[in-house]
Amino acid sequence: MIGIVGYGVHIPRYRIKAEEIARIWGDEGGADGLGIIEKSVPGMDEDAATLAVEASRNAIRRCGVDPKRINAIFVGSESHPYAVKPTATIVAEAVGSTPHLTAVDMQFACKAGTTAIQCCMGMCSSGMIEYGLGVGTDTSQGRPGDALEYSAGAGAAAFVIGRDKIIAEIEGTCSYTTDTPDFWRRPGMDFPSHGGRFTGEPAYFKHTISASKELMEKLGLKPGDFDYAVFHQPNGKFPLQVAKMLKIDPSKIKQGLLTPLIGNTYSAASLIGLASVLDVAKPGNRILLTSFGSGAGSDSFSIVVTDRILELRGKNRSVFQYIGEKEYLDYGLYVKQRRKLKSL
Amino acid sequence: MSPANLGLPLTWRRIPERYGLIGSECENCKTNYFPVRKMCPKCRRKGKMREVKFSGKGKVYSYTVIYSPPTGFELDAPYAMGIIELAEGPKLTAQIVDSDPKDVKIGTPVEMIFRKIQEDGYEGLIHYGFKFKVVR
Ligand SMILES: [Zn+2]
Repeated sequence: MIGIVGYGVHIPRYRIKAEEIARIWGDEGGADGLGIIEKSVPGMDEDAATLAVEASRNAIRRCGVDPKRINAIFVGSESHPYAVKPTATIVAEAVGSTPHLTAVDMQFACKAGTTAIQCCMGMCSSGMIEYGLGVGTDTSQGRPGDALEYSAGAGAAAFVIGRDKIIAEIEGTCSYTTDTPDFWRRPGMDFPSHGGRFTGEPAYFKHTISASKELMEKLGLKPGDFDYAVFHQPNGKFPLQVAKMLKIDPSKIKQGLLTPLIGNTYSAASLIGLASVLDVAKPGNRILLTSFGSGAGSDSFSIVVTDRILELRGKNRSVFQYIGEKEYLDYGLYVKQRRKLKSL
Repeated sequence: MSPANLGLPLTWRRIPERYGLIGSECENCKTNYFPVRKMCPKCRRKGKMREVKFSGKGKVYSYTVIYSPPTGFELDAPYAMGIIELAEGPKLTAQIVDSDPKDVKIGTPVEMIFRKIQEDGYEGLIHYGFKFKVVR
């Protein structure tokens, strides 16, 4: 049996309201279609590496695994602080897993975190490693005035994967990947480019739906077999549409749909959603998790919660406690904090 | 090596203390020290030092608010600098961030967090390590 041994998140303390961004661009009601109320903003001294360290420390503290027994660390992000110099080495050192481990950074827009978990699963199953740590972390940026500015948030989620003392079994995973040019960022560019409306139908929906259906077919499961579902959430609306298309009751995605409150945390988005579900799920509950990364691909997982989850509950701050600890920024402070002016 | 990179060996040597709050304990008199010490100033040659990892819990011993920051910290200002007394005894100096300034008082409980301390411009190294935040 392979699964989740421990999990942890980190969400920065700062928020900016969508209406404050809309005020700057004279875009009254501009964010309404996105279903985003406010988004998280990293502190001046936070980046994808520091978020990853905080989330990983939470995950390891929660389950009590000796960090020296974590033999692989994979960090998925599209905002690694260095172009060359792995975030995974910083995480490995900070959690105390060095030096006897393998570590590498991954990038696949918003889905590198779930792919990190798949890599850990493979290495644990084969016996190459005892425990693996898969992390999704991002402090993504949207061009000022672009629709992405309303949604690009910051956060991280980390999962310890192993074969024993698991709190949730991963009973299956599969992926769906194509070359789809919906969103990209060239080297040296501060902000990404995207295909506007093209990002929806052929990209997000096609991959998310295809991976989810393929997983259900592979495991012989029906939409009704799942107690919770978490989808990648570039905005507050897309996951609701996916649930409808897959005939999954919208009430099952509520606990894991956090973009309206923290924005799209990219590589962490579906994983923070999963953590939020694990905060409340009961033993025996089955969770569908499907990520999406532009470019494009989706990883889908079926996860069944075990009795052990009750032993770990309350050992860490919950996702909603993180969401509740907040301080609002106006657009001026936001520009300073995100260094959106070149002179900063 | 550019002038900014001359400090690389020192930065590298300090990674264990800055990332993990690694200090020393004298097994003879049970006094804790931060950062690591090779000799116990109380016990001298009788002392026996071993490395310890501190919990990251502590309280504000004293603090000040910096409005005129040194080079490299201009964007952080205004910010609180504190002398933190760790639960295990040693005191250290660190920034107190992510906290409401009115909550930062002498005796306030704080905990270690992992943050970016400084960047050597746009091309140089990024220095990471501990800061502290008020525990609610
Ligand atoms: Zn001594």
